[in-house]
Amino acid sequence: MKIEEIRKMFPALQGMMNGKPLVYLDNSATSQKPREVIDLIDKMNGGMNANVHRSVYKLGDDVTELFEKARDTVAKFINAPERENIIFTYGTTSSINLVASCYCARFLEHGDSILVTGDAHHSNLVPWQLAAERVGASVKILPLKENGEWDMAYLGNLLDKSVKIVAATHISNVLGLVNPVKKLTELAHSLGIPVLVDGAQGVVHSKVDVRDLDCDFYAFSGHKIYAATGTGVLYGKKKWLEEMPPYMSGGEMIDKVTYAHTTFAGIPLKFEAGTPNFTGTASFIPALDFAARVSSGDLKEPVEKETGEIVKYLSTELPKIDGLRLYGLHEKGNTENKVPVFSVSIEGCFPSDIAQILDKLGIAVRTGHMCAEPLMNRFGVTSMVRASFACYNTLQEAKFYLECLNKAVRMLR
Amino acid sequence: MKIQDIENEIVEEFSAFTDWMDKYEYLIDLGKNLPIIDNGYKTDGNLINGCQSRVWLSCTISDGKLYFSADSDAIITKGIISLLIRVFNGQSPEDILKSDLGFIDKIGLKENLSPTRANGLLSMIKQIKLYALAFSEKRRDIKEEKINKKEGEK
Repeated sequence: MKIEEIRKMFPALQGMMNGKPLVYLDNSATSQKPREVIDLIDKMNGGMNANVHRSVYKLGDDVTELFEKARDTVAKFINAPERENIIFTYGTTSSINLVASCYCARFLEHGDSILVTGDAHHSNLVPWQLAAERVGASVKILPLKENGEWDMAYLGNLLDKSVKIVAATHISNVLGLVNPVKKLTELAHSLGIPVLVDGAQGVVHSKVDVRDLDCDFYAFSGHKIYAATGTGVLYGKKKWLEEMPPYMSGGEMIDKVTYAHTTFAGIPLKFEAGTPNFTGTASFIPALDFAARVSSGDLKEPVEKETGEIVKYLSTELPKIDGLRLYGLHEKGNTENKVPVFSVSIEGCFPSDIAQILDKLGIAVRTGHMCAEPLMNRFGVTSMVRASFACYNTLQEAKFYLECLNKAVRMLR
Repeated sequence: MKIQDIENEIVEEFSAFTDWMDKYEYLIDLGKNLPIIDNGYKTDGNLINGCQSRVWLSCTISDGKLYFSADSDAIITKGIISLLIRVFNGQSPEDILKSDLGFIDKIGLKENLSPTRANGLLSMIKQIKLYALAFSEKRRDIKEEKINKKEGEK
């Protein structure tokens, strides 16, 4: 199958922007949805609608069945040992907040610390800062090397007995490098420290196997991996989930309630208070069916080939632009662990100006601090331009992007 | 010149551009030529934070008219700022408060003033109006003070 045929599965890609065919290169922000996802959401909103886990009628059973099937689909997709390891949330941010609140409430004490990798998205930094402040603990940062990789040399000193959890980025939304989370987890585990992995980008660009990674928590969003927005997953090892107190309360998360006291449901429902986004969550089924075709099925080969070419092309061609700095590239131009996420800054050209010109040419890119201000500071800029590609983007689009970027630079200088 | 007349003049100028490229090139030129705000005024107090770009704005009053100087790290934003300054400079606080800046829409730059763009421009206009409001109230206070004084003298 060719990439052109994959594109046909995504109605949004047939669209126009400013009178030009849409070249959508903001996939790290959110992905477009395949037809199957759109159809399921339509079908549910159009009739297959009833609240989950509480109805005693066929329609309610059908929706609950779909919701719980989504749990099985997610568990299988990331190779979780059991379906109870999967907590449905509203996105990566809410997944991480859940752990930062509930794990820390139980295990973090005054004088302890939390180790966060230097490439963290705000969503994997701020919740830990708040959790640390609550008890008088501290947040330590694993520094980055100039090329954006973790500087593992610091790890020996940083990982000590005070560290109660490590929060790591699988793939940074800015740098696009696959980080050695497995190695980090091994090291942390050797000291008995659990690891949470922010997989918002990692789950899209790599084949995630939580048993192989052996991480204790893995968080990701639905909307970045072709499912509906407002959906998220928290994978957690049972030993932690069972020990952690509930997060929000109410709804289906209870066991027995009296005016005086409440006992709680077991996992996963203990962490799923209130009516969940059942329509969106059900869309994990077609979304991950599609994603599985890309990561290990019939679409793997053509997508890997095209993506590989895009990565090679832009890693080579972008730095040829005068004054351009490409962030997150391994030394010696090795692109082995680089996914098609390209953040740049260009001397004399402000990122939002570039994006405004690209917009007129039909190209959607992201600019700004990309929810990673400390990372911007690390590299001495306030803003970058990011082009992030998905399985449906082509080498031709990458070439068009480069051509238009050159045009924007000429206009701005 | 009145605000409305300057706005009409700008609309007229922009009508010469046939496509967005020309328009953007003109804005970029304007941006490059915008007198940079005096570094002394480029303070945190004068900073208007947008998500995409930063804007600095300072305001002075002379003979009852307001004068603005501004800067931004984004050049297209700066170009639009220079249009705004052209419209507002030397106007009375009352006239500034009354203006609706319809020309921005007429020259096809409406999206730049949309809250979704978060480039600081919308906040900048709000700040300009706040300055105008502050100065017009001050003047009213002074006027009222004078009247009160006169009445007191009687």
